[in-house]
Amino acid sequence: MNSETLNTLDSYSKNKYKYGFVTEIDSEKPKKGLDEDTIRFISLKKNEPDWMLEWRLKAFSKWKKMKEPKWANLNFPEIDYQDIYYYSAPKGFDKKPKDLSEVDPKLIETYNKLGIPLEEQKVLAGVAVDVVFDSVSVATTYKGELEKLGIIFCSIGEAIQKHPDLIKKYLGSVIPAGDHSFSALNSAVFTDGSFVYIPEGVKCPMELSTYFRINAENTGQFERTLIIADKGSYVSYLEGCTAPKRDDNQLHAANVELIAFEDAEIKYSTVQNWYPGDEDGIGGIYNFVTKRGLCAGKNSKISWTQVETGSAITWKYPSCILKGDNSIGEFYSVAITNNFQQADTGTKMTHIGKNTKSKIISKGISLGKSQNTYRGEVSFLRKADKARNYTQCDSLLVGNQCGAHTVPYIDSKNNTAVIEHEASTSKINEDQLYYCRQRGLSHEEAVSLIVNGFCKQVLQELPMEFAVEAQKLVSISLEGSVG
Amino acid sequence: MFLEIKDLSVKIENKNILKRLNLNINKGEVHAIMGPNGSGKSTLANVLAGKEDYEILNGRINFKDNDLFDLNIEERAQEGMFLAFQYPVEIPGVNITPFLHSAINSKRKRMNEEEIDNLSFAKLLKSKANDLGINIDMLKRSVNTGFSGGEKKRYEILQMSILNPDLAILDETDSGLDIDALKIVTDGVNKLKTNDNSFLIITHYQKLLNYIKPDYVHVMVNGSIVKSGGSEIAAEIEKDGFQKFQ
Ligand SMILES: Nc1ncnc2c1ncn2[C@@H]1O[C@H](COP(=O)(O)OP(=O)(O)O)[C@@H](O)[C@H]1O
Ligand SMILES: [Mg+2]
Repeated sequence: MNSETLNTLDSYSKNKYKYGFVTEIDSEKPKKGLDEDTIRFISLKKNEPDWMLEWRLKAFSKWKKMKEPKWANLNFPEIDYQDIYYYSAPKGFDKKPKDLSEVDPKLIETYNKLGIPLEEQKVLAGVAVDVVFDSVSVATTYKGELEKLGIIFCSIGEAIQKHPDLIKKYLGSVIPAGDHSFSALNSAVFTDGSFVYIPEGVKCPMELSTYFRINAENTGQFERTLIIADKGSYVSYLEGCTAPKRDDNQLHAANVELIAFEDAEIKYSTVQNWYPGDEDGIGGIYNFVTKRGLCAGKNSKISWTQVETGSAITWKYPSCILKGDNSIGEFYSVAITNNFQQADTGTKMTHIGKNTKSKIISKGISLGKSQNTYRGEVSFLRKADKARNYTQCDSLLVGNQCGAHTVPYIDSKNNTAVIEHEASTSKINEDQLYYCRQRGLSHEEAVSLIVNGFCKQVLQELPMEFAVEAQKLVSISLEGSVG
Repeated sequence: MFLEIKDLSVKIENKNILKRLNLNINKGEVHAIMGPNGSGKSTLANVLAGKEDYEILNGRINFKDNDLFDLNIEERAQEGMFLAFQYPVEIPGVNITPFLHSAINSKRKRMNEEEIDNLSFAKLLKSKANDLGINIDMLKRSVNTGFSGGEKKRYEILQMSILNPDLAILDETDSGLDIDALKIVTDGVNKLKTNDNSFLIITHYQKLLNYIKPDYVHVMVNGSIVKSGGSEIAAEIEKDGFQKFQ
């Protein structure tokens, strides 16, 4: 690699995080640490019914007996669960504001700065947004219009109050609390997140979106999202996330469950841009996320698209359980790691029904001293006749101090299964850089263009409204001179 | 002087490739360099464009009153140097439209000119493609990806017409082209040619020079220019090959 390339890479690794500001707002927190009292505090704050508290406490007793899963290729100090706040809300925030006039202007300004206007006149066209600030949902746009179609789009806290039957039936049905320690932890202390129900035959006419913001210090965020698409319905959902720059690591442990019934389709997109830490590896979010979708009915489809650029540590495997015959699971991923970031991400496709299909496209880009691992598991159960999987994993190394790893597992108990697997690892191509620069593009522009091209197969899966943003984000995570 | 190469010696991986090479090009001139394979023609083109793998042992190059070695690759390009590559590289996933749009704007920025907006650029690109008989569908594809050899060369000429360089270096743009493609490529050059720009055309066939009339022809052998003159030299080479120059 020539010296100019190295210089540019060096400047990239000093990349500036645009969303690192702190909102000065008094917050209310319980004492630090985790015990039954913490859980009672959260449940009380959320004014929850007894059955919900019981559910949480059960999960907590499971968690106490569990150890963190250890399969990932990640290095980090032990998490001290007693040194974290498990709930944080702006002071006086006892109930979700009825409308924007009740929302603290500082919060509205925060979201304006993040590019998510909440005011009626300025809301994003064609996108309904639920915004979550630390542990509470602050506002949800376009709610009325969605209600007319019978669509429920609200915070999970609100759903527990208003739609207890759906929650009782489906919460934890895809990710059991006892699945592993992070799912147990989330089940015990989850605070807010979104709930979506699309009734039979309804195609949701706009993108639904949740924007998560961690603001308070030493605070974990434990979001919980549940999306149910009833027979023949369709929904496209997108989540985004950012956090201030802080020197301490912060824990984010989310659980997301999706259920698609017969002929239903859920498209779930994530643009993850939590604070990644600085160029020396100080600070950043520990992102331990469990996402799982159940294709419960025949011909159902769940597709995960993720653009992961943030977090000091990413541990995340959005998965599909393909139970219904002919159901389809897809996973499209771009993971960019820079500086000392570590990502261990991939998917699990479990083929249960006949003629089920899955497709995995993973693009890993490593810069600086980062480590980037794709980990995938594709399994075919006995009855999964004529099931198929296609997997493509490409890694791009930009620099020579970083690492890319690919760990695909395949487990087939049915010999009619068809599996195709392609993988590649390459260094950023000097001839491509030379070509672009000969046309007048700067070295940085050239890298950004080539990396965006490398990711295109995944980026084009994002909803139109976000594809351009995601491209910019990809460029920014590579750039050194922004801001 | 527009481009002045003086006593240029260049080495790569312990091998001396260019040896005390001299070449002067004035505004408005078309120069052709002919030479056998391995004589250093592409090396010269790459050194002019600023590729970093070479070690400059000796000599200097002046381009539009700049010491060329003070400028990096993109600065040379923005100053109006264009290289049509012998082997254009594929860049998967990168569409030609935004690619060239950024390219033209970075040049305009350096020249303190106003940037060209999306719509005007798309129009410009379409009309140039039309002029060159390039199918609009080709503009939807990724840069050079999956193109045939001839398509790649035509694409290089399209880019050249858009960027409108002061000095265009064509490195064996004619090789591997059938007669129709050759006409398109040479048409592109002839349309672009004015009294203010210059061309350096590298080839090892005389055929190209039936379509583009060079003012000067140079013979390059073993890293040096061994003979310079007019079109008559090309005819000599066509008849007797390079033997007698070696
Ligand atoms: N990257 C390189 N490493 C080593 N030798 C090279 C390299 N590039 C070119 N050469 C050598 O330099 C000589 C000139 O090559 P080149 O400039 O491509 O010639 P031409 O374009 O006239 O065919 C050849 O002998 C070639 O093998
Ligand atoms: Mg050559």
